[in-house]
Amino acid sequence: MQLYLPIADIPVNVFLILAMGAAVGFVSGMFGIGGGFLMTPLLIFVGIAPAVAVASVASHIAASSFSGAISYWRRRAIDPALALVLLSGGTIGTALGVWTFTLLRSLGQLDLLIALSYVILLTTVGGLMFWEGLRAILRARRGVAVPMRRSGSHGWIHGLPLKMRFKRSKIYLSVIPVVVVGLIIGFIGAVMGIGGGFILIPIMIYLLRVPTSTVIGTSMVLTLVTMVFATMLHAVTNHLVDAVLALILMVGGVTGARFGARAGQKIRGEHLRLLLGLLILAVGMRFAIELVIRPDDLFTIRETGGTG
Amino acid sequence: MTARPSLAALGLALVLGAAFAAAPACAERLIVSVSNHRVTVTPNYSGEELVLFGSIEKDAATPATRTNYDLVVTVAGPRADMVTRRKERKFGIWINTDYRQFLKVPTYLALFSNRPFDAIASPEVERRQQLGLNNVLLTQRVGPDYADVVPNDAFRSAFVRLRSQHGLYREATSAVTFLTPTLFRTGIPLPAEVPIGTYDVEIKLFSDGALVTKTETAFEIVKVGFEQFVANTARQNGLVYGLVTAFMALMTGWMASIVFRKD
Repeated sequence: MQLYLPIADIPVNVFLILAMGAAVGFVSGMFGIGGGFLMTPLLIFVGIAPAVAVASVASHIAASSFSGAISYWRRRAIDPALALVLLSGGTIGTALGVWTFTLLRSLGQLDLLIALSYVILLTTVGGLMFWEGLRAILRARRGVAVPMRRSGSHGWIHGLPLKMRFKRSKIYLSVIPVVVVGLIIGFIGAVMGIGGGFILIPIMIYLLRVPTSTVIGTSMVLTLVTMVFATMLHAVTNHLVDAVLALILMVGGVTGARFGARAGQKIRGEHLRLLLGLLILAVGMRFAIELVIRPDDLFTIRETGGTG
Repeated sequence: MTARPSLAALGLALVLGAAFAAAPACAERLIVSVSNHRVTVTPNYSGEELVLFGSIEKDAATPATRTNYDLVVTVAGPRADMVTRRKERKFGIWINTDYRQFLKVPTYLALFSNRPFDAIASPEVERRQQLGLNNVLLTQRVGPDYADVVPNDAFRSAFVRLRSQHGLYREATSAVTFLTPTLFRTGIPLPAEVPIGTYDVEIKLFSDGALVTKTETAFEIVKVGFEQFVANTARQNGLVYGLVTAFMALMTGWMASIVFRKD
């Protein structure tokens, strides 16, 4: 069934988009991530303008993270104080991100920025995850005990001033790194159309030492608020949010996520990380290849102002 | 453009025409009509073809020997400013470097005739009457100046080629068919991505390489239904649109958490 997307300005097959939403939802449910880093590239690959893809996926992620945040809230797996501090940085980062997005769009370099940041971010994160997963599996094979948490080893981050007690997470931490992390995640989220969970969660675990009991729920709150905010800003400044596209993605996404979550419980943690690492790496490589090989057409056209 | 200057220009053209083309009195009249003056694009619109009919009316002043007519139909959609960018390899990757701005160029442009343009008129007339995509005026901003460039300019030809790939620019030199020596028709294909707005249709009648007469008509393309409402709201009420979209996202997420509560 063909459907005309009002903002993307192209006709698409509803079932294709629905299937894409479900597939990404499945993957995101399986790995406990938002899936924006997969959804945005997929939309770009089927021919939707990168700018529209980024802006529309923001609202799609808002939906899936809200559904996730509700269930984590019920299980009391969200640290409200930590979420608030993260958000103070996150909202500023999002606003900066949307501003950068608008600026680069007018300079004609937005698509390049989106592609480049995908290459850098995805190959780095994907590579690290893959390596981590591989090492964990090898260690497990050799029967070496995995040191779960190096407690007591306080890095420079824990020597920063303005310390605050986050009760539910049971940590005592300076607000500075928390705000900075929120800022960075908000910024890249708005520019790249990703929730940022797959970067945020490792940072929170390894750098900020947030316990695993509250890390996913709290990161979801940050994702939810920054993505709602990004949706609003993209809608107001660039008029690029395609609500019809977003709705189809949401419906597919939340459905797929539930089945993915079930499948995820059956796979072991290291294998899951290895698979996710490979997946992220593959998407990053796809973008890299696109940038390096000679494009089919060196020219592109964009309408800059309708005059009727 | 208001009606007055165009009428004045037409008047001037007629006077000039009468003064210079002294030999044959321009006595033919063109009567044309399009099959639909208002095309509505619905969400499942996947392209359509309009039909233009016309007839060449002769009168007493027409030389009886004149029978070999040629017709050129130009359909121009609403105008807009566009930018064409060129990628170049820098630091090993392909990035946009150079660009040209095209000012107030038609978003849709179709040129139809009954035989090749160079068979209808001399290159000089082709250029003056803008026959064919190579001769249509596409104004570019070149530094501080505004001008059209030669047809084989890299940016101009890329622009025309890309628009043609989407079916938005087209030229067909056998699209106009004569049903009788004076009755003709042509189809105007409108692809799925057709821009909305007013389309001007100009029909020029040539005989023996010279313009005999011309006439104009127009049609309108409007998008209707939910998707157009969405597009309008997004552009005019960004804040409301953003709020509604964000609310929709939250509702979907909430619904999902209720439906799949068991998991």
